[in-house]
Amino acid sequence: MAKRTIRNLPVHLLLILGSVSMLLPFYWMVVTSLKTPLEALLFPPTWIPGKWQFGNYLEVFRQIPLWRYLGNTVFITLLSVAGILFTGIPAAYAFARLRFPGREVLFMLLLALMMIPLPVYLVPSYMILYRLGWIDTYAAMIVPWIVNIFSIFLLRQHIRQLPQDLFDAARIDGLSTLQILLRIIIPLCRAPIATIIVFNVISSWNSFFWPLIVTNSDHIRPLQVGLAYFSREQSTNYTLLMAATTLSIIPLVILFFIAQKQIIQSQARAGLKE
Amino acid sequence: MPSRSAREAVNALLLLLPAFLILIAFRIIPILLSVRMSLYDWGMAGPRAFVGLGNYLEVIKDPMFYRSLINTGWYIVFEVPATIFLSLFIALLLNQRIRGLSIYRTIYYLPVVTSIVAVSVVWKWLLHPERGVFNYLLSLAGITGIRWLQDPRGIFQLILGSHGDNLPYALRGPSVALISLVLMGIWKALGYNIVLFLAGLQNIPQTYYEAARIDGASRFRTFWRITWPLLSPTTYYVLIMSSIAAFETFAQVWIMTGPPPGGPLGTTKVVMYYFYENAFELWRLGYGAAIAFIAFIIILCLTLLQRVVLEKKVHYG
Repeated sequence: MAKRTIRNLPVHLLLILGSVSMLLPFYWMVVTSLKTPLEALLFPPTWIPGKWQFGNYLEVFRQIPLWRYLGNTVFITLLSVAGILFTGIPAAYAFARLRFPGREVLFMLLLALMMIPLPVYLVPSYMILYRLGWIDTYAAMIVPWIVNIFSIFLLRQHIRQLPQDLFDAARIDGLSTLQILLRIIIPLCRAPIATIIVFNVISSWNSFFWPLIVTNSDHIRPLQVGLAYFSREQSTNYTLLMAATTLSIIPLVILFFIAQKQIIQSQARAGLKE
Repeated sequence: MPSRSAREAVNALLLLLPAFLILIAFRIIPILLSVRMSLYDWGMAGPRAFVGLGNYLEVIKDPMFYRSLINTGWYIVFEVPATIFLSLFIALLLNQRIRGLSIYRTIYYLPVVTSIVAVSVVWKWLLHPERGVFNYLLSLAGITGIRWLQDPRGIFQLILGSHGDNLPYALRGPSVALISLVLMGIWKALGYNIVLFLAGLQNIPQTYYEAARIDGASRFRTFWRITWPLLSPTTYYVLIMSSIAAFETFAQVWIMTGPPPGGPLGTTKVVMYYFYENAFELWRLGYGAAIAFIAFIIILCLTLLQRVVLEKKVHYG
């Protein structure tokens, strides 16, 4: 083992060099967030704060309604992901296991819709939301996003691989469709459902373009939009900006460490399927 | 008593209803409406006048539209190949059954899960011309005064020195500011592509490598004759995905460049930002819809072109 490590030394050196480059921005963010404004502007800069300014984090909360932003993001993310499961599981089951006229056509339609980029339907969607009186509401950030086509495809693949016997037995026992979903599909598709949850939490948490456009007032803004505006208002207040940014990424970094195997594996699988 | 197949069909439609209701309201109808909107001079108050293809003609006549296309083009040309090359290189290093693989993978993947907004705010600070840590590190090597996000000069223009100032916009190359965004883009996308390449590499049957070893093939030859062709489906997937992602560059421009965003001198105004500015800052909704369509058709053509040119070279085992 030790021998192999020595032989691989040049490889490790390269990888460590790369890792340092990857981590430097994160390190610099955290270190800056703990400096005094004066120390942050020193040149040459200091690598470790002279006086640890944990107060910067409290100051962020005084400057912007960060709890509010965070609450908005959590709320939007939870409802979006719940909606994605609520619309996705039944649809995936229908495509995977039921025969009905127009199945192929509808499936192709989904594929086609997935290929169409956001800007093409963004402008009219905005008009529709405006007519509904939804601009500047949570509904505008949630309702259009409670369907995720990729998630439907992923689940359909898994449901198709389940043994036919299960469904025969279910029919003999006279299970209703709802019972099939609750007792067979959900328990046996835990892995893809977890993948769908993790991926949609990440994309919902990080989305920026759409909420930027459909919100006007500060109190319903999600974290990303709040942070972006804060970065424009406080464009020279680096210690506070870095503290706010650090706070904004902590929840997802924690999620990443918890679910990292899953995130990395499912992403790898998605690439191999092509 | 309806037949079983009829019951099954009704059942299926009920199951599909929630998903399709939302899709009809927020995808299908908007896409159809989009066609109509692009034919009108359409402001916030609704349609003002039917202009036919006027919006499209105006987009095609607008020099800023071409600039935004050129900017996006340069961004893709510089960001995508560099990301592919670097991530493949790192994946090859990681694929040698080394210790600490999962730690390395985690580190490289961290920027992928970090939001583009957070990353942009941090990089703007790293790239600060007087106080940024990048310029400090470069100053240790004797390089000073790069104005990362403020310098509008194209890199080919810089290489040519005084001859470069008369170059037409398209030939000046990406500006220093756009290259700054490219560097950040590479850093953010690496981990994603490393994971894809690692999966692709682990999918190649070991027997090929054993055969190559027995034949005494050099490492370099083994790579070109075995790894590269057998990895081509992954490379192709990464190429398409990265190009589409690069086309959607927006938040970086909104946060890091300017004021006004898209600066300096419009050299970082990418298509997505040009669209946003027209539709949601100037409220020319019909015009915005036309931009979106033209951009979409361009992406479609490029993707098909990549298909036609590369599909033959892709080796599906």
